[in-house]
Amino acid sequence: MVSTYRIQGATGEWEVVIGLEVHAQVTSNAKLFSGASTEFGAEPNTQVSLVDAAMPGMLPVPNRECIRQAVRTGMAIEAQINKYSRFDRKNYFYADLPQGYQISQLYHPIVGEGQLLIDADEKAGIPEDKVIGIERIHIEQDAGKLMHDQHPTMSYVDLNRCGVALMEIVSRPDMTSPAEAGAYVRKLRSILRYVGSCDGNMEEGSMRADVNVSVRKVGDSELGTRTETKNVNSVRFVMQVIEHEANRQVDLIEDGGKVVQETRLFDVASGTTRSMRSKEDAHDYRYFPDPDLLPLELEDDFLADCRSSLPELPDAKRRRYETELGLTPYNARELTAEVETFARFETLLSAAALRIGKPEAEVATQVANWALSVAPGVLKSLGAEADPAHASAGAQAAILAMQDKGEISGGQAKEIYEIVLKTGRDPEEIADTEGLKQVSDTGAIETAIDDILANNQDKVEQYKGGKDKLFGFFVGQTMKAMQGKANPAVVNQILKDKLG
Amino acid sequence: MTDLTELGIKAIREGVANGDFTAREVAEGFNAAVAAASELNAFIVATPDHALAAADAVDTKRAKGDDLGTMGGVPIGMKDLFATKGVQTTAASHILEGFEPQYESTVSQNLWDAGAGMLGKLNLDQFAMGSSNETSYFGNVVSPWRKSNGANTDMSPGGSSGGSAASVAARIVPAATGTDTGGSIRQPAAFAGITGIKPTYGRCSRWGVVAFASSLDQAGPMARSVEDCAIMLEAMAGFDPKDATSLKMEVPNWEAGLNADLKGKKIGIPKEYRMDGTDAEILESWEQGKEWLRDAGAEIVDISLPHTKYALPAYYIIAPAEASSNLARYDGVRYGLRDLPEGSGLQDMYAATRAAGFGDEVKRRVLIGTYVLSAGFYDAYYTQAQKIRTLVAQDFEKAWSQCDAILAPTTPTASFPLGSLSDDPLTMYLNDVFAVPASLAGLPAISVPAMLNSDGLPLGLQIIGKPFDEQGVLNAGLAMQQRANFDAQPEKWW
Repeated sequence: MVSTYRIQGATGEWEVVIGLEVHAQVTSNAKLFSGASTEFGAEPNTQVSLVDAAMPGMLPVPNRECIRQAVRTGMAIEAQINKYSRFDRKNYFYADLPQGYQISQLYHPIVGEGQLLIDADEKAGIPEDKVIGIERIHIEQDAGKLMHDQHPTMSYVDLNRCGVALMEIVSRPDMTSPAEAGAYVRKLRSILRYVGSCDGNMEEGSMRADVNVSVRKVGDSELGTRTETKNVNSVRFVMQVIEHEANRQVDLIEDGGKVVQETRLFDVASGTTRSMRSKEDAHDYRYFPDPDLLPLELEDDFLADCRSSLPELPDAKRRRYETELGLTPYNARELTAEVETFARFETLLSAAALRIGKPEAEVATQVANWALSVAPGVLKSLGAEADPAHASAGAQAAILAMQDKGEISGGQAKEIYEIVLKTGRDPEEIADTEGLKQVSDTGAIETAIDDILANNQDKVEQYKGGKDKLFGFFVGQTMKAMQGKANPAVVNQILKDKLG
Repeated sequence: MTDLTELGIKAIREGVANGDFTAREVAEGFNAAVAAASELNAFIVATPDHALAAADAVDTKRAKGDDLGTMGGVPIGMKDLFATKGVQTTAASHILEGFEPQYESTVSQNLWDAGAGMLGKLNLDQFAMGSSNETSYFGNVVSPWRKSNGANTDMSPGGSSGGSAASVAARIVPAATGTDTGGSIRQPAAFAGITGIKPTYGRCSRWGVVAFASSLDQAGPMARSVEDCAIMLEAMAGFDPKDATSLKMEVPNWEAGLNADLKGKKIGIPKEYRMDGTDAEILESWEQGKEWLRDAGAEIVDISLPHTKYALPAYYIIAPAEASSNLARYDGVRYGLRDLPEGSGLQDMYAATRAAGFGDEVKRRVLIGTYVLSAGFYDAYYTQAQKIRTLVAQDFEKAWSQCDAILAPTTPTASFPLGSLSDDPLTMYLNDVFAVPASLAGLPAISVPAMLNSDGLPLGLQIIGKPFDEQGVLNAGLAMQQRANFDAQPEKWW
């Protein structure tokens, strides 16, 4: 259970303790407290309402959809949903914060204690599945953006993002290696995307993490002083930050220094962190309940509606794939990691089962292998020649059905799929016109085998004398004679019969 | 023809509807009165064209036989805390000087929709912080009232709705909007010998009203009679989806429900409102009020509101705390004053802008508010104050099992000379000692004029009602109004 990740210091081995605060932008057309649009990439200051610009006398009104998404997210991490929650003001001055305060939830967050399971990954140093505690989720407003490169002496402000709803998902300090933190972010992102509460797009800033890191000597029970590195916007960077911070802290302590509790920034170019401000100059945010907003009181009907709208979540889906569909743990995990992957798989599975005429569980392994390795391989080998629009579930199901009936071989299935991806033609028509079909006609195969056995009497004798390995030779000769189109099962059967 | 400026809301509405005079004549009459009263400094800007345009629209409707609205043809004064589209809105602060909103507050829009017009934007204490109208950047309002001893001392109109009170009393407007955070409608109404009601918190939308203390701010009418207040409050009130604290309730027909017969009603007299330092004449007026209500059929009962003495200190923690945060948006970045010294950065701009833009009282309250919310002080001040607020509200809840409404003085003294308290903020704050408890509990409360004191200055009496029971408050107020027969007017000196 214990992570094996260690920092080898001059004075011994160190372990690292990690907690993450993930800010996830809530998927919603409108901002948290105003009707303004949340679309990404619009011209600066075109998506700003009077409320976002904090004009005098303007008031926030909570957006029900944002509340709903936060509650659904909480349910997805099996968390305590707080029927009573409240918004607080976090007061500070900055040009990207028109109100002079951020509306957040300090004292009574909407979601309490929950948890998330990260999957074992031997290669990455996660020997077993591990539960990571989640302390809380609260909702808050995003700030605007300052642009410092538009004018020689002035900074410009873009308020488009100002007031957009964020969920802040705060983990327990339960992670002990960069790999675990990476797995946590990936799993969280997957859950958010299953639920549909955040698009998880880290490049566009829809998800970013504040990374809390401290180190301690292996065996110590007390936590070290932590630093918080802000706004890290990819899984890889999260892992880099931890790697760098842990090593920096160990070096610092071993050189006789002390880690200061401070906020740090990650520099992507150098892969290092640098100090932003220390605890001494930390703001006093003067949190207090926002008097413009009544406490949020969630009704049972609303909660029931949130719960019933939840889809099957990654862990449950994975278990079902293993137990009901009989997939390998590896396949089950791969197929359930991303929304797009499982959605494509399930569509194809249902189409293939229908076409083949067997229950889903009986064809699932075949479909999973196709979906995870065969189909992506073909697509990749074709590169720009392939038109992914042709990769319909119907066409793939048709190919799988022909293969299941023994009409085509695995190799032929790939060849047919190549043509489908290039041209969009019908797979069965391709198999017919391109001659991409196996011969299962016993008569033709028998004739070929009889010829081969007659021409190789010596080898037949040797085989009958106990040289079993020669069976492969006869198969090869037969396939060669049939130009590779003979159904191998039929060939095997006839050869066995004839050789006795 | 009578002098139209002598008329109140109801009389103007009926006169216009009957064709006794046109709305335009009314607007012209009041426009002229406003223009002639500049010595009162009641207006920050006059908007005669707005009043005339609204009047013409009403006259046109009448010609067509259309409905004129419940305020049809009535021009009013608008406290300069309400955002008015295209018309400078300042909250009487330098920091908003020249600011013209692109939007109209819900309350003012409701009034225009009811047929009212705007004579101008009324002066007030800066950001509604003050009880004497001396904190306005645009100079203090002078009360039309003077002491009867012949001394021409300028008196305070009260605050923060001092411009509203002074202009109604001086007959330069028939009615005006006010806002009340801790007495800002009731105290100036009492000082000016007029009627003003603060409805239940949430009755009037706060959308478009420059915020002082959000959990307390509430708009209401200031007029010359209880009837006029009922009519105007009905026009102002209503659920507003743009204000999350707005009450989702139908607006009752208060005007139609007016009834001065108080038979079967119990009026509570809170013993804790008998405070040291309360003027003897105020106590006399209180006794008089009991008589009037008894005469109207009510039973007078003694009640106790034990946490009353903590209300004012709690108010002076909660209101500044909220204000310190609400006023953070005035930072020089997007609108209003910007003071950007050569070569300075963002922090310097904040400091310079806010130092130049806010008056002393505003700064005082922002500092108090910042202090009480600071780490290490929050629990000792803000949390305690919130507890007191709850206890004060519970006091009232208990009282409602014994009575239907509460009678109390509006203020501990009559109006005072301008400047006499400006160096003594604590005494100034005491002006609102009787007004603040109802504000903390969000209750409806009215001030009606009772009598003149021996200096010839008006005294007001306050009725505090149950939540949502504006009708009960108006009715008790009406009963007192009918018996007080208060018809004194300030002698015109301006």
